[in-house]
Amino acid sequence: MSEHNQFSQPLFQVKKTGLQTTIQDLGRHGLQQYGVVVSGAMDPFALQVANVLVGNPRDEAALEITLAGPKLDVLAPAVISICGADLSPALNGKRAPMWKSFHVQAGDRISFGRPLSGARAYLAVAGGYDVPVVMGSKSTYERANLGTVMHNDKIIYGFNGSVRSGLGLSHKVIPEYEQHHDIRTVAGPETDWFTEAGIESFYYEAHTISPQSNRMGYRLESPVISHKNGADIWSDAVPLGTIQVPANGQPIILMADRQTTGGYPRIATVISADIPKVAQLTPGSTIQFQPIDVHEAQRLAKEQEKFLRSISHSRASRI
Amino acid sequence: MAGIKCQPAGDTAMRVQFNEDVSPELNRKISAFCKRLDEENVKGVTEWVPAYQAVHVYYNPYFISSERLEAILLDIGISDSMHHKETVTLVKIPVLYGGEAGPDLTHVAENSGLSEREVIERHSEGDYLIYMMGFLPGFPYLGGMSDELATPRLDTPRDIVPEGSVGIAASQTGIYPLASPGGWQLIGRTPVKLFDPNRDEPFHFEAGDKIRFLPISEREYERIDNQVQAGMFQIKKEVIQDGSVSN
Repeated sequence: MSEHNQFSQPLFQVKKTGLQTTIQDLGRHGLQQYGVVVSGAMDPFALQVANVLVGNPRDEAALEITLAGPKLDVLAPAVISICGADLSPALNGKRAPMWKSFHVQAGDRISFGRPLSGARAYLAVAGGYDVPVVMGSKSTYERANLGTVMHNDKIIYGFNGSVRSGLGLSHKVIPEYEQHHDIRTVAGPETDWFTEAGIESFYYEAHTISPQSNRMGYRLESPVISHKNGADIWSDAVPLGTIQVPANGQPIILMADRQTTGGYPRIATVISADIPKVAQLTPGSTIQFQPIDVHEAQRLAKEQEKFLRSISHSRASRI
Repeated sequence: MAGIKCQPAGDTAMRVQFNEDVSPELNRKISAFCKRLDEENVKGVTEWVPAYQAVHVYYNPYFISSERLEAILLDIGISDSMHHKETVTLVKIPVLYGGEAGPDLTHVAENSGLSEREVIERHSEGDYLIYMMGFLPGFPYLGGMSDELATPRLDTPRDIVPEGSVGIAASQTGIYPLASPGGWQLIGRTPVKLFDPNRDEPFHFEAGDKIRFLPISEREYERIDNQVQAGMFQIKKEVIQDGSVSN
């Protein structure tokens, strides 16, 4: 039996993988109690918009491209979109559009250049990629050999999707990725494990994204955030955006490939509406944390969800 | 029960804290809580993760507010004080101890002042409670190891601990479901695949179950390994009365 479906065809040949190019959807949910890492797109907002622009369900998988992008030879005509970080995408050497769907033809080459803003771009194709669904998700999690691993000359298959191209996201709603962001958080659960001075440093000082940051988590260089009595808690689940502080007082924001459980006190959690901002931070950029309450965080989460729902049902050519 | 408390863990998870010390009894309550939560089938709840002292309930705030969820969770917490699970699933894991499969058995024996044979006997005589799973897919956090066997982690972690390795770290014991870097003292290895995403049941056990290690010979290891490779291996499980719990 062929591993590919009769409705799919060779779409791209990978000529160069780039720094870290993986397939990601909205993640592998429901098995965290068995220790299965969620994974999924670091920036779920950009992923979902990329899908909507090519007429896909929002939770379809796309290529997640990190800082230095891949070179892809196009093997079949398709409609694609590129959203998220501006990594200087090009089609046959000329600047390619972003946040807008467009046609590619067999023989075209898609490449990327200098990262101009943000860290992660999403390349979606109308119809979706034909890669194995493992435990409900197409997401790649390399440490457990789950999903698809890129290598040079790999052929990526895609399903035939026929949609019109030229659908774009309105400039007013395209996110801007800055060198400094305010990131909103909900306090706890272990706020009381930290000294008053530690909590003050956490909220009043700026934190720098360290080069030791990846899909698993962002290490921050911060003024020391001190604990009252030690930094070991009973191992416990850690949701996306958890900010844990090990004994060295340097916080870590846990991201898509975080382990399901952790053992360090958690000072706060990044709100879900701000996860996309964190996902686009590059090493050396800075953030400041703001406390908000859970109701406000949920209002913002719902607002983002409503926006994504509205664009996925829109019939306009600019959404 | 002594009561539970809900705290938000961000805007998409609620942490249910059980106000009790970690114990096999608390673990049973947490398992019962999760079972009730499963039965309730709450709209908007996507999954939950039991741990030593708390359960995290993941949800989509678009479908359910934190207040509504908290009310439901507190309700479940109260009603399950009536719920007593009297049986538990015991999963038997065959282990080849020592030699290449367990390069640190000698060190654990020296450290504990026991013979290698005694270490194997102690390690395989009791049943271990799976308090929770995490760290790697299929990795069980086990309670119940004999204090005599406690051995500090390696000074320098290994770059690769082979899949199936059974190890000791301080007073904990566990099994590596995947090859991974690690600092545990390795005393044996199981041919059983603890995690296989392509199997109908990717996992052999869950939090709240118990594990017993069965010492096996090299020949038996080969035989089981062949069965596992051929997809023919059947793990041994039995339902036992609870109460014979080690801690």
